[in-house]
Amino acid sequence: MNDTNGKTPGARQASRRQFLIDMAKTACTVGLMGTGLTLYSKQAKALPPLAIRPPGALPEADFQGACIRCGLCVRDCPYNILELAKPEHSVATGTPYFVARNLPCEMCEDIPCIKACPTGALDHGLTDINKSKMGLAVLIDHETCLNFLGLRCDVCYRVCPVIDKAITLETIHNVRTGKHTMFLPTVHSDHCTGCGKCEKSCVLEEAAIKVLPVKLAQGKLGGHYRLGWEEKTKAGKSLVAPDVEHQYTLPEGYKYEQGRGLIPDGSGESAAPGAQPGIPKALQGDKL
Amino acid sequence: MSAAKKIGAEALAEKGWLASHKWLILRRSSQLAILAVFLAGPLAGLWIIKGNLAYSLTLNTLPLADPYVLLQSLLAGHIPEKMALIGVAIVLAFYFLVGGRVYCSWVCPVNMVTDAAAWLRGRFGIKGGAHISRKLRYWVLGMTLAVAAVTGTIAWELINPVSMLHRGLIFGIGMTWTIVLAVFLLDLFVSANAWCGHVCPVGAFYSLLGKWSPLRISAAKREACNDCMDCYAVCPEPQVIKPALKGAKQNVGPAILSPNCTNCGRCIDVCSKDVFRFGLRSAR
Repeated sequence: MNDTNGKTPGARQASRRQFLIDMAKTACTVGLMGTGLTLYSKQAKALPPLAIRPPGALPEADFQGACIRCGLCVRDCPYNILELAKPEHSVATGTPYFVARNLPCEMCEDIPCIKACPTGALDHGLTDINKSKMGLAVLIDHETCLNFLGLRCDVCYRVCPVIDKAITLETIHNVRTGKHTMFLPTVHSDHCTGCGKCEKSCVLEEAAIKVLPVKLAQGKLGGHYRLGWEEKTKAGKSLVAPDVEHQYTLPEGYKYEQGRGLIPDGSGESAAPGAQPGIPKALQGDKL
Repeated sequence: MSAAKKIGAEALAEKGWLASHKWLILRRSSQLAILAVFLAGPLAGLWIIKGNLAYSLTLNTLPLADPYVLLQSLLAGHIPEKMALIGVAIVLAFYFLVGGRVYCSWVCPVNMVTDAAAWLRGRFGIKGGAHISRKLRYWVLGMTLAVAAVTGTIAWELINPVSMLHRGLIFGIGMTWTIVLAVFLLDLFVSANAWCGHVCPVGAFYSLLGKWSPLRISAAKREACNDCMDCYAVCPEPQVIKPALKGAKQNVGPAILSPNCTNCGRCIDVCSKDVFRFGLRSAR
């Protein structure tokens, strides 16, 4: 029974050794490949800031587990805006994206790209394009934006598909001229879809307004932060103890009123003759 | 190479060019027709089929999806929408019936690249090379599935030459040609049939899928074999032939039961004795 394969025990031992060596070789080769692939895939998760995913795209980490790179969204985009990443691009190979400065999303009302997606990498739950969050526009350069220079460019505001909600013009006094108003384009995150029309149409050589990933573009308050004025509205009353009247440390015989300054006691409403109201007695020179 | 016997010379003399290349012609036609129908949309505006081999939609109704890619997606933690699931079911059923590796030999665009390398190896008389285990592909398959689960991404699709080439041809090739060239050179210089027969996890997946498929190559007239060895020489997976061809005494075969057989039919072409034919796995 030892020699069922016509092999001596020594030969069987040698072949077992060879088998183990082969296994180790294969395991090491594949292990190396796997490690490389894992590290590469981690890197590939870093979407470059200017590459924007189509509307409804899952968060990047989930998107790369859900997108099978079929390109149906690319095909069904009526404006041919989307592109599948080639291996030399810094976007994960084969996944769809667009660059707003080249071609922004036209925000089709029926969102054909989402309908085309067979896996749900583009979330089929998104049915209102105005609720999409492809990114967030940021007026990134206050030094070159023409409106910040006091001119009336307004192009980003005018082209915004959600005009007066996603971008408003906020007025502020122009200190340089002293007599004009500046109209500052201001993005509101709750309405901005990240379509990129503003970035595309910015008249500067390098756009002053850019669509960035929401995570890059937006700050976040600490979870424990409470805005007093909002809490007050919610509660219908102030949530802090009522103000105690402020006690001032005053020169003897004076009282203090906001806006009027120091008022000598017992003089009624009129200040002591000769004394300048609001100036402590000690500073009134010869009157000491 | 001049003195070396040309593979299929006997069959050519016996059966004529057409009969000794029949399955090769059919296979190339299949590969090219599939590419052509995918390219008709972007090139000629004739949208019969949209997408690529990962997922496609034919005539805006029939979904077809690659089960291997979807399996990775599933392991990465994503449940796909209905269309992808229907597409996977259709493709699974099809390859289960006709043999998993029919994908490799009749559909996959990389097959033309690696076949070209194999042909050139013969022409240039390049022999030997690195020894790679035929089992490596199953390890690689396991690795790609594990990496998908660990990273939560379809990581293999970042570098998969199969999907990159097909997608590249349809959506723009970019630098994909470098990857394809690497596969070509691997097969030409490093080891014969290295990619498709040893490394590619897509092929490994489809091998497993077709493990029990009924459609097989059968050495039906194995008693007529004259040991010319042409079938072994032309076969990309020659180890699959012997049990079927020489198994008469052990009562094995005549169908080739190894799931690694790609059902390419080249053995049928090059056999001057017409030993092989397509048949069922139950064939006697």
